[in-house]
Order: sequence, then C-alpha cells, then structure tokens
Amino acid sequence: MAETPVPPVMPAAPPLWRRIWLPVLVFALLAIVPLIWGERFILGLVTRAMIMAIAALSLDLILGYGALVSFGHAAFLGIGAYAVAILFSHDIVDASIAFPVAILAGALFALVTGAISLKTRGVYFIMITLAFGQMALFTATSLSAYGGDDGLRMFHRSEVFGSRLLANDTTFYFVVLGTLLGCFLLLKAIVASRFGRVLRGAKENERRMRAVGFDPFLYRLAAYVLAGAICALAGALFANLGMFVAPAYMTWQRSGEFIAMVVLGGMGTLIGPIIGGIGVTLVEEWLAQITQHWKVIFGPMVILVAIFARGGIVKLLSRGDR
Amino acid sequence: MSSTLLIIQTLNGLQLGVLLFLIAAGLTLVFGVMDFINLAHGVQYMLGAYLAAMFVPLTGSFVLGLILALATALLVGLLLEVVVMRHLYDRDHLEQVLATFGLILFLNEGVKIIWGAAPLQVPMPQALSGTIRIADGVLYPVWRLAIIGSGLAVAVVLWLVVTKTRVGMLIRAGATNAPMVSALGVDIRRLFMIVFGFGAMLAGFAGAMAAPVLSVEPGMGDNLLILAFVVIVIGGIGSIRGAFIGALLVGLVDTLLRSFSVDLLRLGGLSPSDARTIGPAIASMSIYILMAAVLFFRPTGLFPAKG
Repeated sequence: MAETPVPPVMPAAPPLWRRIWLPVLVFALLAIVPLIWGERFILGLVTRAMIMAIAALSLDLILGYGALVSFGHAAFLGIGAYAVAILFSHDIVDASIAFPVAILAGALFALVTGAISLKTRGVYFIMITLAFGQMALFTATSLSAYGGDDGLRMFHRSEVFGSRLLANDTTFYFVVLGTLLGCFLLLKAIVASRFGRVLRGAKENERRMRAVGFDPFLYRLAAYVLAGAICALAGALFANLGMFVAPAYMTWQRSGEFIAMVVLGGMGTLIGPIIGGIGVTLVEEWLAQITQHWKVIFGPMVILVAIFARGGIVKLLSRGDR
Repeated sequence: MSSTLLIIQTLNGLQLGVLLFLIAAGLTLVFGVMDFINLAHGVQYMLGAYLAAMFVPLTGSFVLGLILALATALLVGLLLEVVVMRHLYDRDHLEQVLATFGLILFLNEGVKIIWGAAPLQVPMPQALSGTIRIADGVLYPVWRLAIIGSGLAVAVVLWLVVTKTRVGMLIRAGATNAPMVSALGVDIRRLFMIVFGFGAMLAGFAGAMAAPVLSVEPGMGDNLLILAFVVIVIGGIGSIRGAFIGALLVGLVDTLLRSFSVDLLRLGGLSPSDARTIGPAIASMSIYILMAAVLFFRPTGLFPAKG
C-alpha cells in the first residue's frame, strides 16, 4: 500500500523452534518419505510439491523480503523448463550444461524485465510483471519449432556427466530434495547478510535506506535476478520430472498459485513458502482425488486464508510467541 | 492487405475496444476509489455471458433476457462485495489479489458445475442478426455494430454521470483522495458498494453483449481481465477517460496486428517464413509491449486520476 513513514523496525529474531527445529522437522519428514511410500505416484507427487516449493521459496525472496508482488513468476519456471527441453531437442542432454543454461536464462530474463519493472511500484509493479509473464507465455506458444501450444517432450531425463542417474525416481527425488535444501540454506544466508538487511530495510523505509547511502533499486534488482535464477532452476527440475514442457507452465494462474503458496505458508519466513508450496500442491491433489470440481473447494480456502490467516501457517503455528 | 479487410478489422478492433472499456470502467473505478485490486472482475464478465445464455432462451426474448441477466449480475456483484471484498479494503494489495484469485477459481469452477464445461451458444436477436453493407463490397454483421453502438452509448452515459452528477462528483473526488472525501462526511463504503455493483453490472453487460458472437465457456473472462488491466494501466488508474482511450488503443492494436503483423513484417523485408513465425508472436505480445513502454515513460499511465 502507500508508503507510510514508519521507522524501520527490524523484526526481532524469530523464535528458535521456527529458525531451527521447524526446518529440521520439515526436511526430515521429506527425507523419510521415500522410505515409507515407495510408490511411483507418491514419489512423483512429493517431488512435484518440492519443485513448487523451490519456486515459492524464490518468490518469497522478493515478495516477503522486498514487498514486491510479482505476478509473473511462473515465467521463470517456464524459461528454465524450456531451456532444458530445447537443449535436449538439440541433443544437448547433460545436466552439467542444461541446468546452468537454464539458470542463466532465468537470470537474464529477470535482469532485463526487472530493470524495467522495478522502476514502478505497487499495483503498477504487479501489472508490469504480469505483462512480462504474458509475453513469455506467448513467446512459448509461438515457438512452433519447439511444439508451440502442444509443448515439447523429452525422451528421458537429463544425463549427469553421461550417466542416466536421474532416471531412477528415488534418486531424482533426493536430488530435488537436496536442491530444495541447498536453496533454503543459500537464501537463509543471503537474507541474514548485509544484502538481505538492506533489502528488508528498503521494504520498511525506502527513503531512510537511501539516506544511509544504499540504492534500493540495485538491491531489489539483484534480489529479482536471484529469484528468477532459482525459479528457473525449479523449472529445469520440473521439465525433468514429467520429461515434458508446455506453455501452460507459465500462465498467470500459476503465478497466482505461487503467491498463494507464499502467503499461505507465511511470507517473510523461508520455511513458510516451503510448507506452503508443498501444502498447496498436496491439498490440490487431494481435493482433485475427491472431486473433479476441486477448485470450488480450493477457491474459498484461498479466500479464507487471505481474509483471516494473516501471516500464514508459520505465524499461525507460532501465535503467542512473538 | 486490402482496404476492405482493413475496414473490417478496424471495426473488429473498435468492437473489442468497446467491450474492454465496459470491463475496464468498473475495474478502474473500484481501483481508483478504494485502491482495491479486483481480479474477479473478469469472472463477472463471464457470469454476464452465462446469465444471458440462461435467461435469453428461458424468456424467449433477448431484451428481457438481457435485463434479467443484468439484474442478476448486479445482485451477484453486491453479494460478492458483502461476502468477500469489504473485508479487504484496508488490507495489502497482496491479500486482495489472493482473495479475488480464490474467487476466480471458485466461480470458474462454479459455472462448470451449473452449466457444464461445454461451450454454450446464445442466439442473436432476430432483428439484428443480419449483415449490413457499410461500403462497396464491405459487409459487416449488424450485431457487432450494435455492440460498438451500445458500448459508445454506455461510455457517454457514464461520462455524463461521472462529470455531471453528485454521485459522479463523489466518485471523482474519491478516486483523487478517498480519505479526504470520507473525512468530509461521505459514506465512502456505501459509495464504493454502488460503484462496485455498478461495475459488476457493466462487466456483465459486456459479457451478455459478447455472448452471441463468442462461445460462452468457463474461464472466458480470464484473458479479458488481463487485457482490461492492461487498459487501465495504460490509461491511468482511476480515470474513465484513460480507460476509454486505453481500451480503444488496446482493441485496435491487438486486432490489427493480429491480422496484419505478418504482412507488415514482410513489407519490412523479412522472408515469408520468418514473418509467419515471428508475426503471431509479436501480435500477441504487442499490447504488453505497449503497456511496458507506456509505463516506462509515464509510470502512472497516460491520464492518471491521482495528481
């Protein structure tokens, strides 16, 4: 909303359980899933949920810590996925090339679009990120050489230095889990660093940050690029999960879902978006098992969360201790 | 690129522009007055189309069906305001985006349950179903002209209401500085409820008018919503004039580039096959490029309501 000149109050450090024990619990649970349920369906589902969690996590860096409501985040997912699949169709099948290219493509798109978007604020920022998301979507639909509307199929998962390691679902599961953990730890370190403090400071009070000598634009842009790169990495994994990419990966509805995941889980915490991303994916799947019209249930759930659960699941869990 | 086609596509562009204006007008007033982002505005357009699809065959008369559809759209709008929107006025845009996103999911799926997932057709009124000769060898459907005409009529009425009446004055004042209007003793919440219900009805009107030329299906409002947002962002949020000019601009640019981008690229020296690949992509991106360009040079749109 409008900038109000409030003094920049740095939030008190979150309680110990949220900082340490909740993440440990979440990752421990994720680690034992394949040991308990070995079925392909469950493995694939939770793998997808973790990939969505990586995307939500990356969105939270700019949404939760920068107060930038990006409505085009799905574009990065699609760009990462397409980078892998397009390289694959040109027989470049090794992850050691495809994944860095995907990450760079996401970062580059974020650099260009972020430099323009971050000139605006508030609702204009929402709209311009949406516009860039739509541009990416339409680019994908017009790539007739790469399947156009129908999407692009990969015949197998990316190779790792020539070996088909990722073909095994359990191995792939743990690779995704490791990536999620890596992104979580990376972002944790970044948020705690001076860079992260400037980012949060600019969210609280931009003018004061400027007065102290930091240019918020550059910090936001850097965060935007980082978020784009990480989301593109999620996209690269997503392409590998289904061995398929399609323009549908980049619709604005999916960007809306990412926002829902972050807010539901608890934005401005890093474990929140992970819980939100996994939670939303699993709830959607569960509802879809009950009825094909699961969105009539899911929609009101989202509305209720927006109206009542301010701060998301994580804050709800920690009510009273702050 | 024949002149006949150019005339027809220009009219089609106007028609899209007018529909966009009907949707964008409500959207921009709601945003201007209450600083409220209503993503669910597009489903109100869809609802108008579905209501027309239900009431027109039921009553056997397009006019009667249209009136019933509008009344119902108004009621649904007011209901949504009471049940969802009013809890979110003082909140972040983020929460408004999220809640109205939930509404989209709910209503898109809701119409699927009530009316089925298959597209519906709405019959045109008999008297307006033919074509008319508007120039040598140029035939154009009367109904599309009716859409353009009714949209322009609504624009004029809306302009009169906003510039000449007391409610209009309050709306303009609210769009410029809502807290001040509220401090002067105006019940801004009631004003907003009126604006919101009216906006929902306008969107419903657009849907009902478009129904005979489109297939009525779930999700039909989603892409139009995005276009309407582009319109109000280009025009300047909260401004009716901006919405009008933005809508015509977007309607024309989108429609004309969709039919002529390939030819234009070929004139520009591209090979036919390249032009055929790049043309459609540029056409579908054109309005977003337009919007990004406008925002880059005028970050608050062409005619910002807030000074």
